[in-house]
Amino acid sequence: MANPQLNDKGELNHLLTLEGLPGEVIGRILDTAVPFVSIAERDVKKVPLLRGKTVFNLFFENSTRTRTTFEIAAKRLSADVINLNIGVSSTSKGETLLDTIDNLVAMNADMFVVRHGESGAPHLIARHLSTSGRPGIHVINAGDGRHQHPTQGLLDLFTIRHYKQDFHRLTVAIVGDLLHSRVARSLIHGLTTLGTPEVRAIGPQTLLPAAVESLGVHVFHDMAKGLSGADVIVMLRLQSERMKGALLPSPGEFFKHYGLTVDKLALAKPDAIVMHPGPMNRGVEIDSAVADGKHSVILPQVTFGIAVRMAVMSMLGAS
Amino acid sequence: MRGAVAINAALVGIYSGGAWLAERLAQMLPGEHPVGYIDVSFYRDDYSTKGLRANVATTTLPFEVGGSRIVLVDDVLYTGRSVRAAINELFDYGRPDSIELAVLVDRGGRELPIEPTYVGARVSVARNLSIVLQRDLDGRLELTVEPSGVQGG
Repeated sequence: MANPQLNDKGELNHLLTLEGLPGEVIGRILDTAVPFVSIAERDVKKVPLLRGKTVFNLFFENSTRTRTTFEIAAKRLSADVINLNIGVSSTSKGETLLDTIDNLVAMNADMFVVRHGESGAPHLIARHLSTSGRPGIHVINAGDGRHQHPTQGLLDLFTIRHYKQDFHRLTVAIVGDLLHSRVARSLIHGLTTLGTPEVRAIGPQTLLPAAVESLGVHVFHDMAKGLSGADVIVMLRLQSERMKGALLPSPGEFFKHYGLTVDKLALAKPDAIVMHPGPMNRGVEIDSAVADGKHSVILPQVTFGIAVRMAVMSMLGAS
Repeated sequence: MRGAVAINAALVGIYSGGAWLAERLAQMLPGEHPVGYIDVSFYRDDYSTKGLRANVATTTLPFEVGGSRIVLVDDVLYTGRSVRAAINELFDYGRPDSIELAVLVDRGGRELPIEPTYVGARVSVARNLSIVLQRDLDGRLELTVEPSGVQGG
């Protein structure tokens, strides 16, 4: 089956998921992001690549950080950016998703950055644009349901590569609420595509997706065993707002077993890095001494996220 | 160039050929010359038709651009479009006091009003050929003429 993210020349046309995205395309995105990092250190933090293009941030779900970093990325590429919080506008008046898109296309949109509560919504928009003969308009998935959050996965990969260089010798432990985490799903696909030999999922049975082992991941319920020898630790946010029913006893109980403390961190490799996609809950999944400690690369992740999103937008914007 | 280039001028090479030449000029010219590197990919005027090429290098200007005297260095001057892009990029780092242009080879064919300050050689080759500077493992630089397909500078 043709990959709807790639055009007939194998170039990126939309970014919808890291699942099935070839390793060479992922590698090219990460390589392209490198020179974008230094733009943040200049007098004029802008390059003219997307001058005259219009980017619509369509957020059907709230996310201040993701929306802001996409907005900064587009503006540093000189695009015009329109932010729409659809949750409080058209759909509440009964307009369908694709009617909203058609209206924005009529306003000469060049790119859509889409965050949606339903898995597959960005894919639906991309298919609609291609079947209605508008191949020059691009879609970036900024998080859909429990499915994927590909730019977060890419910025996690960029961060790991920045500190650890080669994926082929790494042990990466992903800890906590994988069940509700599209970040974890994107990262796992990316890590396995790039040849990471050991990817571990650590958490209570109730917060690990049933099929996680089929992705090539080793499951640990005992955090001490799972962290042993890890090069990279990715802590996930406990997504209490997504939880229906009693999946865990209490945040305090969770922290006791799966919160990352200085003592537990000592079980990993001495030069291990600690990552977190944010927003983090101090004292729930991560202790402040770790979040602010020398192993933490949580704030560099945010900075790299802008460069990675600039790379994706600049690769899409030309085609 | 000896005697003509300011003794503290920064030498900024355009990737990749110009970067090698800037390093070499910094050793050969009298004075202290900071060396910078510029990749003009983000400023090219053919982005919307050709896209962003792979392996963009990081522009590195390890000196204060504002108030500096800069010599841009490139291997081959052709249409002038790379130089236009490089000048635009330099101004996003600050306002230089002056910018000069040194090229190893000027092959004519300008499409913009850009002229070099220092020229190694003026040559004429057919439009369907490219002049390419290459560096071998020992650091020796060699100019070759190849069938086109490589982007013009």
